Amino acid sequence: MIKDRLESWFPHPVLSVVLLICWLLLNNSFSAGHIVLGSVLSIIIPWFTSSFWPEKINIKNIKTFALFVVIVAYDIIVANLIVAKLILGSNDKLKPHFLEIQLDAKNDLTITLLASTISLTPGTVSSDLSMDKKTLLVHALHVEDIDKEIKTIKTRYEKPLMEVFES
Amino acid sequence: MEIFISLLIFIGAFFTLVGSIGLVKLPNFFMRLHGPTKATTLGLGSILSASVLFFYTYLDTISLDEFLIVVFLFITAPVSAHLMAKAALHSKKKV
Repeated sequence: MIKDRLESWFPHPVLSVVLLICWLLLNNSFSAGHIVLGSVLSIIIPWFTSSFWPEKINIKNIKTFALFVVIVAYDIIVANLIVAKLILGSNDKLKPHFLEIQLDAKNDLTITLLASTISLTPGTVSSDLSMDKKTLLVHALHVEDIDKEIKTIKTRYEKPLMEVFES
Repeated sequence: MEIFISLLIFIGAFFTLVGSIGLVKLPNFFMRLHGPTKATTLGLGSILSASVLFFYTYLDTISLDEFLIVVFLFITAPVSAHLMAKAALHSKKKV
C-alpha cells in the first residue's frame, strides 16, 4: 500500500536523482536554495513525463555498472590511440568490415546502451538494428579476425550490461 | 601543473585534428564516420578536463559544468552517428 503510493509519486527514482545532479551542475552551486528548487523539479518533471517512459529503470548491480564505466573509459583511450595510428597510416592497409552481432539482450535500454557504447569506442560504429531487435549491424574500421571482434564486444560490453539491467 | 594542463590541451587538439584528417582522408562514407568519434571522446574529454583543472588551480573555483558537457556529448554523439549510418544504409551508399 505504502509502496504503491511511493511508486505513483516517484515513478522514476533514478531519473529524479539524475535530474537533481544535472540541475546542481548546471547552476554550478550546491547551496540549499538550489537543492530545494532542484528537488522540486526532479519530483515534478518525472511525474509529468512518466507516460513517455513506460519502462522503469532498474539498476540491479551498481558495482558491475561502475566497473563497466571504468572499462569503457579505458577502452576509449586505448582505442583512440590505435585508431589515430590507423587514420594517419595508409588507406590501403585498412580492412573495413560490417559485423553482425547476435544480441542476447532483450531490454530496449540495454540494447541502446550497448549500441551507444559501441559507437563511442573509436573504430566501431553501430549502424542498424534489425526489426526483431535481435541483430545489431556494426561497422568496424579495421578488423583482422571478425569472429574474435564479435566475441570481444559480446563479453566485454554486452555481458556486464545485461547483468546490470536484466538479470 | 601548468605543464600538465598544456599537455591535456595538446592531446585534445591532437585527437581533434586526427579526427578531422580522418574525415577528409578516408575513402568511403562509413569509414569517414569513424573520424568524429575520436574528436568527441578523447579530444573534447581532455580539453574539458584541462578547463576544470585550470579553474581549480588558478581561479580557485570548482567549475563542474564541463562534466555535463561531456555527459551530454557522450549521449548525443552515438545517436547522430547511428542515424547517419542508418540513413546511408537505406540510401544504399557504396561501401
